[in-house]
Amino acid sequence: MPRVSFEHITKNYGLMKVLDDLNLSIDDGDFLVLLGPSGCGKTTLLNLLAGLLDVTDGRIMIGERDVTDLDPKDRGLAMVFQSYALYPTKTVHGNLKFGLSASKLPREEIEKRIAWAAKLLQIEPLLNRKPGQLSGGQRQRVAIGRALVKNVGVFLFDEPLSNLDAKLRTEMRLEIKKLHDQLKSTIVYVTHDQIEAMTMATKIAVMNGGVIQQFGTPDEIYERPANLFVAGFIGSPAMNLRPAKLALAAGKTEAVFASGVRLDVSDYPFLAPPQDGAEIIAGLRPEHFTLAADSATAATFTVPVQYAERTGPDASAYFTFEDDVLALRVDPDAAARLTPGQSVSVSYLKGKANLFDARTGQRM
Amino acid sequence: MTDLTASQKALGAEIAVHSAPYFPRRKKVITGRSIAVLVFLAICALFFCIPLYVVIVTSFKTMDQIREGAMFALPNIWTLEAWDHAWNSACSGTRCEGLKVGFWNSVAILIPSLILSIGLSIVTGYALALWNVKWAGTFLFILFICAFVPFQIIMFPLISMTATLKVYGSIWGVALIHAVLAMPVLTLIFRNYYKDIPQEIMSAAIMDSGSFWKIFFEIILPMSGNILIVVLILQITSVWNDYLIGVTFGGMGAQPMTVNLANLITISTGTVRYNDNMAAALLTAIPPLVIYFIVGKLFVQGITAGAIKG
Repeated sequence: MPRVSFEHITKNYGLMKVLDDLNLSIDDGDFLVLLGPSGCGKTTLLNLLAGLLDVTDGRIMIGERDVTDLDPKDRGLAMVFQSYALYPTKTVHGNLKFGLSASKLPREEIEKRIAWAAKLLQIEPLLNRKPGQLSGGQRQRVAIGRALVKNVGVFLFDEPLSNLDAKLRTEMRLEIKKLHDQLKSTIVYVTHDQIEAMTMATKIAVMNGGVIQQFGTPDEIYERPANLFVAGFIGSPAMNLRPAKLALAAGKTEAVFASGVRLDVSDYPFLAPPQDGAEIIAGLRPEHFTLAADSATAATFTVPVQYAERTGPDASAYFTFEDDVLALRVDPDAAARLTPGQSVSVSYLKGKANLFDARTGQRM
Repeated sequence: MTDLTASQKALGAEIAVHSAPYFPRRKKVITGRSIAVLVFLAICALFFCIPLYVVIVTSFKTMDQIREGAMFALPNIWTLEAWDHAWNSACSGTRCEGLKVGFWNSVAILIPSLILSIGLSIVTGYALALWNVKWAGTFLFILFICAFVPFQIIMFPLISMTATLKVYGSIWGVALIHAVLAMPVLTLIFRNYYKDIPQEIMSAAIMDSGSFWKIFFEIILPMSGNILIVVLILQITSVWNDYLIGVTFGGMGAQPMTVNLANLITISTGTVRYNDNMAAALLTAIPPLVIYFIVGKLFVQGITAGAIKG
């Protein structure tokens, strides 16, 4: 189970630079999710690794091998595509078998592997069907099976669940996670769905504009976003980002909002000593607000309710704060009691704020 | 939904039927306008059918009846004599072996030219559409231009080229010219068809196998049924009905059926045997018609399948 590393990767499409001097390395057995909005270069990066695109400059290593100039079939990879990309004229068995056509294995070994993958994915009854006779979920299983039979160390997934309905997506998510635990293989998984990223990944690389914004475990990414992009991209409802000014007093550091509300950030682990009066952006997660006035709060906002929405076990409430919306996660019973226009006191928990430099957008 | 009882479902269906908007169908009325249209169409049909009718009945008549001059009359005696004569012993020039020589020449030209033209253009189209070929755009542009070059312009250079290759005047010469001239259009047809194959299928195949020929024979060719039928019909008709290439490159020994027919009909001495001529013309026209009837249904399906990806 090899490690995969990208070294100084540059990719141009004509005059357009998609990736510029990108470095990324994952350990064996890692489940890496490349996460980002459409057009951020994540699929390009995956295709470069697969060998379906050529790098303009740089080096790709799989284990100890430099695969930059190898043919896709010689790289020791298997890939699952968004549209499944099954061969329409072949049966499921034929599809799995064609996955091994470059490997020159003896016949018995091929049949053994097909049987193993079919059993693992529970597609044994479907082996003689054509892809046209399968449902979306079954097609996805076959596509995964075609990758599994190759018995390689690195699997690539290109948004494999985005064509499935919500229920099936949750099921398959779990199943892919289980497969990863079972096979201990390295997985590179491209998606724009943060739930998939948060649930499956051991490492996430958040990308935007061809640049890796942050690389870390899901918890790191969520709890300590490195910059404003990551802060705003991860989380639903999104993190509330509000401009403020730092005010340093003896033994106390506060972020002061334009409306005068003061947020106590004395316990914030600044990377560099803070400057008095520095322009900052304060990031407040919706779930770190509380409607009850506890003692351990960093700030209290008295804000009018805009509306509240309930989605079964969860509820979100939206308040007006400084002409903008402040999103909160509240418990559904409390949400039912909120009426639009009513002024409510909400508190922010101590030690949960994220602060960013307003000029650079980087975490402070 | 599954908890609904049968009676509830029936009720639901009834309500749906009653509340559906009701559009009474307009009664068909014969108006002056529709009569005019019918008459016009009938005249058009007759206009095309009458010559065909004359050809058919004349081919079954004896020369004696034809000399009476009643062109539209049915044969007094139905006879296959003219058909037999046209097929077996009608004279073209000094040879009196009938149309069958030309028929077998045409078949002998058709088969290699089909294999050659389709074989070359399907692989070229596949490579241009699905593989990263350097200068593919330029190559396509040149092909596109070639598709519009009139044959007459390149006739003489082609004659000297076939002479150099020592295939002039042989079946192979005619077949080769057919194949070469069909290449541009057929390649464009195949290329456009393959362009519709999802890129991800190709990516998967490249990662699975990576072999140009293996992917072609195992994945792409089985997906080409529709377009193959279309191209097959196009190519069979154009090769079979061709006269100019046959007369130019066939020399004396490899004249296709159309050239044979023309020689058979144009005589300078003796009486014109109309019944033979008509039978010969029909014999020449039958093979493409048979192809149409057999695969015509598939042809229509193939055309639409090529237009809208299916």
